[in-house]
Amino acid sequence: MKFTCLSKGGGFHFSPCHMLNVSGFRILLDCPLDLSSLALFSPVPVAHQAHESLDTDSVIRKKQKIEKTLDANDLVHAEPWYKTVKNLHLWDASFIDVVLISSPMGMLGLPFLTRTRDFSAKIYVTEASARIGQLLMEDLVSMHMELRQFYGPEDSCFPQWMRWEELEVLPSELRKIALGKDCEELGAWMPLYSAVDVKDCMRKVQTLKYAEEACYNGTLIVKAFSSGLEIGTCNWTINGPKKNIAYISSSIFVSMHAMDFDFLGLRGNDLIIYSDFSSLDKNMENDDTYFDPVTSSSGRDDVSNLEEMAASLLKDDESAEEIEKLVFICACALDSVRVGGSVLVPIDRLGVVLCLLEQMSLLLESSSLKVPIYIISSVAEELLAFTNIIPEWVCKQRQEKLFSGEPLFAHVKLIKERKIHVFPAVHSPELLTNWQEPCVVFCPNWSLRLGPVVHLLRHWCSDPNSLLVLESGVDADIALLPFKPMAMKVLQCSFLSGLSLQKVQPLLKILQPKLVLFPKDLSCKIQISEANMIFLFSENETLRIPSSKESTDIDIATDLASKFRWKTFKQETITRLEGELFMDHGKHRLLSGFQPANSKQQRPLVHWGSPDVKVLLTELSKMGISGTIKQVTDDAKSEDDAKSENAAAIIDIHDPEKALIDVRETGTVIIAANENLASHIVKAVDIVLDGI
Amino acid sequence: MAIDSLVLGAGQEVGKSCVVVSINGKRIMFDCGMHMGYTDSRRYPDFSLISNTGDFDNALTCVVVTHFHLDHIGALPYFTEVCGYKGPIYMTYPTKALAPLMLEDYRKNMDRRGEDEQFTSDHITECMKKVIPVDLKQTVQVDKDLQIRAYYAGHVIGAAMFYAKVGDAAMVYTGDYNMTPDRHLGAAQIDRLQLDLVITESTYATTIRDSRYGREREFLKAVHTCIAAGGKVLIPTFALGRAQELCILLEDYWERMNLKVPIYFSAGLTIQANMYYKMLINWTSQKIKETYATRNAFDFKNVRNFDRSLINAPGPCVLFATPGMIVGGFSLEVFMQWAPSEMNLVTLPGYCVAGTIGHKLMSGKPTKIDLDKDTQIDVRCQIHQLSFSPHTDAKGIMDLVKFLSPKHAILVHGEKPKMATLKERIQSELGIPCYCPANNETVTVPSTHYVKADASETFIRSCLNPNFKFSTYSSVDKSYLDSKYSKAASGLQVSDERVAEGILVVEKGKKAKVIHQDELLLMLGDKKHEVQFAYCFPMHTERLQKTRTEELPSADTLLCDLDKCTLINQLSMKLSNELSDANILDLGEQLQVESFRVSICSKNSCPHRLSHSVHNDSESVFLCCHWSLRDEKLAWKIISIMKSSSPHTT
Ligand SMILES: [Zn+2]
Ligand SMILES: [Zn+2]
Ligand SMILES: [Zn+2]
Repeated sequence: MKFTCLSKGGGFHFSPCHMLNVSGFRILLDCPLDLSSLALFSPVPVAHQAHESLDTDSVIRKKQKIEKTLDANDLVHAEPWYKTVKNLHLWDASFIDVVLISSPMGMLGLPFLTRTRDFSAKIYVTEASARIGQLLMEDLVSMHMELRQFYGPEDSCFPQWMRWEELEVLPSELRKIALGKDCEELGAWMPLYSAVDVKDCMRKVQTLKYAEEACYNGTLIVKAFSSGLEIGTCNWTINGPKKNIAYISSSIFVSMHAMDFDFLGLRGNDLIIYSDFSSLDKNMENDDTYFDPVTSSSGRDDVSNLEEMAASLLKDDESAEEIEKLVFICACALDSVRVGGSVLVPIDRLGVVLCLLEQMSLLLESSSLKVPIYIISSVAEELLAFTNIIPEWVCKQRQEKLFSGEPLFAHVKLIKERKIHVFPAVHSPELLTNWQEPCVVFCPNWSLRLGPVVHLLRHWCSDPNSLLVLESGVDADIALLPFKPMAMKVLQCSFLSGLSLQKVQPLLKILQPKLVLFPKDLSCKIQISEANMIFLFSENETLRIPSSKESTDIDIATDLASKFRWKTFKQETITRLEGELFMDHGKHRLLSGFQPANSKQQRPLVHWGSPDVKVLLTELSKMGISGTIKQVTDDAKSEDDAKSENAAAIIDIHDPEKALIDVRETGTVIIAANENLASHIVKAVDIVLDGI
Repeated sequence: MAIDSLVLGAGQEVGKSCVVVSINGKRIMFDCGMHMGYTDSRRYPDFSLISNTGDFDNALTCVVVTHFHLDHIGALPYFTEVCGYKGPIYMTYPTKALAPLMLEDYRKNMDRRGEDEQFTSDHITECMKKVIPVDLKQTVQVDKDLQIRAYYAGHVIGAAMFYAKVGDAAMVYTGDYNMTPDRHLGAAQIDRLQLDLVITESTYATTIRDSRYGREREFLKAVHTCIAAGGKVLIPTFALGRAQELCILLEDYWERMNLKVPIYFSAGLTIQANMYYKMLINWTSQKIKETYATRNAFDFKNVRNFDRSLINAPGPCVLFATPGMIVGGFSLEVFMQWAPSEMNLVTLPGYCVAGTIGHKLMSGKPTKIDLDKDTQIDVRCQIHQLSFSPHTDAKGIMDLVKFLSPKHAILVHGEKPKMATLKERIQSELGIPCYCPANNETVTVPSTHYVKADASETFIRSCLNPNFKFSTYSSVDKSYLDSKYSKAASGLQVSDERVAEGILVVEKGKKAKVIHQDELLLMLGDKKHEVQFAYCFPMHTERLQKTRTEELPSADTLLCDLDKCTLINQLSMKLSNELSDANILDLGEQLQVESFRVSICSKNSCPHRLSHSVHNDSESVFLCCHWSLRDEKLAWKIISIMKSSSPHTT
């Protein structure tokens, strides 16, 4: 097995990406887009700013490469391109056999792959991720169209800003975005795919339920298990004839919206690929080391102990803390609307938005303020409707709502009561007639470069009473450049995006893997005591994992086995196989074939031992075949100096017909002109030799 | 190893479905239904046959319920809350959501019938708390050894067929299913599985249905005629399932015909049910799923709630009333009022359980029905029997059994004589042993067991090396049953001599091993002794003679290379004509078919000749052949072809 980490990603919106080679198949794990790189571009310029951007001053300043604080004019004023996983384009897409997608974010780059010629891989995604991912991509395309209308059609396939002379004059912060740390990432930029590409991509996707078995090529069985991060996100198990692998993406034990992290489903795998990089993004205040992987695993934990551990993992969860964060955001929002300011929430995390909507409307209701909540996005209506028809994908508390006949999320009721208004775009006529300030607006995109957020931010950025709520992880300095000077308050909030390092050790204890692939970047934060079971990986390095099993399991049906003709030699009992070999669901199975067993040849095909010529002659005479022995030593026919019994001999058969048997140490040749006679001689030879 | 199926209900009848299957040490109860035709102890399965001490938690591994119909779930609250079963119970999300509505509606109606309450409202709530919901296709690990999986069954929303696997033994219990899509649900869908046993319903064991469309039109016509004449239409249904299906049908018709006659739902059929249906839209038909965002098919525009005071209100109307089959309660109350008028219409589903009023109305044309000693109902109204049903017909059952090709089949949930006919068909047409046990009987069938062995790399590689006989089977040639889902489930099948090159080696105290025959001797520490055949025989050809006389004036004994090649080439053509499926290799001076080789022998005294005393015929050449044991038959065939090609051979 081979494993290459193509990218460790960055944060919730940019999943890690890996290439895995197992049982001869090449598997790509996730195919995300780095939307944070959009910060390089200027959002849709307002009319007068467009001119300003071309003023000579700024051009000169650029040329002189004077390092100074960034301003909006430093951004690239062009139709944005999109940054894919930097190392992925080094691989030939047509050699990929399987693509496993762990989250809606992990599929945003997929249309780039699926539109390449000769791409033929099977793509597996959970049903819910596929639907949400499709809506996210459609929204991205529609937001991008708005920008394209401004810039007009691209006249060259190689845009101006990508020329070296342009890149060289970029301020260093922006050059880092464009080229990457090692100046190797220019090749990762792509012009956005089209709506048709998205449709084509979705047609090539095979959707799965949680814990549904999908069998690739009869050999690999892949299954998705809930990871708890978002609705539809998952971890994967990959079972081949010789390898059982669990792939752990960013996971959350107890979620307020999505189905919990189903870690028990990942048990029984030899190898774990740990790919939750979320703790890298957090600023760890203390340098505690958390990791003591399975030192005590010499004795297998008994079941009750395991159950206890599992329960403890679920118990001290972070969800209480998450609720506090939501309450805090809502409180800040309330403060703003009280003084007449509006609240802008460009957060693109479905689960967080759904929970915030519930909290926010509760709080507004209790405060008796008549402040409307607007959701503006081309796909909001469909996305919200979708979240209410997927009870199989949400957390337990929300499933309970189904069982008591209530909607899964409160927004259904709130939309009906006209407390929440949903509009496809800022310029939709319904919005214009309904609009009322102060208000609370949820809209894309968190990069602050695309979508309704750009217009609204321009509208409110100079209002000190208004509030902007951002996810942490967004580089606010660069993101807010086009909107400076900002009088608006900014609240940056981090949300739980994966496992905390304290939980890694108890988790591994429960899963009991033989080997763990672990990110090198995280290894400094943990203590590794059993180095032999940990393989550390870093970006763009290929790890080779030796196979733990030499042989392949094969199941032989008992009804077939009972018909085998057994022979005993020394300690072993052996038989030649019959039947038909099936390879399905990663299992080799030998079943009774359609041909009746006795129609097949029953004669041994492989012989060993040394034939005794005299015994052979006796056996032949029993069959009515008679002949004489002519001793010879070697090919030269010197008949008289025969030395040993086992030396080469020729038996001259004269009755019933002429035939010859040339018997030597290593082989016997039967020379006969008649099928029947030849076949009788072979039977006699079978008796004097061992064979099967 | 064996699988025991103890049929506690729905054996040679419809009602109280319940089969307890013991499979490799696990015991699963499939369905826990009640019989609507009885009011005494016969209404429930005889649970004492599972455990006479009443220790059901140890006697059963789990309970699996296929759908929310009372004949499949009606006894569950009694079993868990009164009998005390506390183990796991599995059903699909819709079944878990909707079953309480069905049970509650039934319980309320039973109260009115003045019977002993068998379970309370709290019992239902407590019982449902124990239920673990499952999604379709999800592989559920019940414990270390038992896996179950639900497949879409059509029939009613959330109905599922269940697959169960323990070790090497596997089975499917279908519950009720429909093989054709209807107004709101899709058709049953299942993967091709390796099964020892299929337990299938057989409600329509002998019926073959034609198109559904005509039958729906019949129903709409009957309803329309009645209301056009000012009559009232009573449609007795259970709370969920049929009601929604017929309502979608009527709504659609009302809109098309611009009808204004009210459609009522009785109290049991709360509009609330539609809230559930809306959230469970993913479990409905493709058509309804696609339109949910714009118009939810379960938002009924013409439907209103019914009030008891409206029973004798003037004017036409359509009323959906619970319970179905007119087993009692409100539908009976309305029936008593409306039955005496010939203007009115009662529409009954295709199947009513024996003992119910619905069943009486369908068997013959009764003019009077005795409710009890003192009450008699005059029946003058028209009776329309729906001829479309959410159950599969006989063809569908045959299709499913054929598709799954289990080693054994058991029929339940049907009528004895019809089941016997179907059983015969399954045995004779499909060659699958089939059984129709009565209630409380046990059927035992053998189960698959595999010998586990380690196969060597050489053997596996030699088997998986593609050759021309190699076949991969994929969903392309699978039937419609799994057209959508099993695209990924393709596999390989090796059925040629390469399997026979494998040797199974068993040694005391070690795991069995499969090795390639080439590896055997190394393992045994013995030397191979090759046994081969050889035969060098003379052959006469005229072509040869011609060549020689023209180009080689001296009667040389040696043939030139060109001649050899020409002769070999001639033989090759001859053989390819006669052996159409053989792979003949013409190597110039040598011809090769599998292990058989033939070349022109130029030795003076070849050891493979039986007679050296050729009649010194200069027009003869010797063909030297040798071959190995496995191609014995082929070799003799080739030799006879070669000999026959020249009449002058010795
Ligand atoms: Zn049913
Ligand atoms: Zn039934
Ligand atoms: Zn020869």
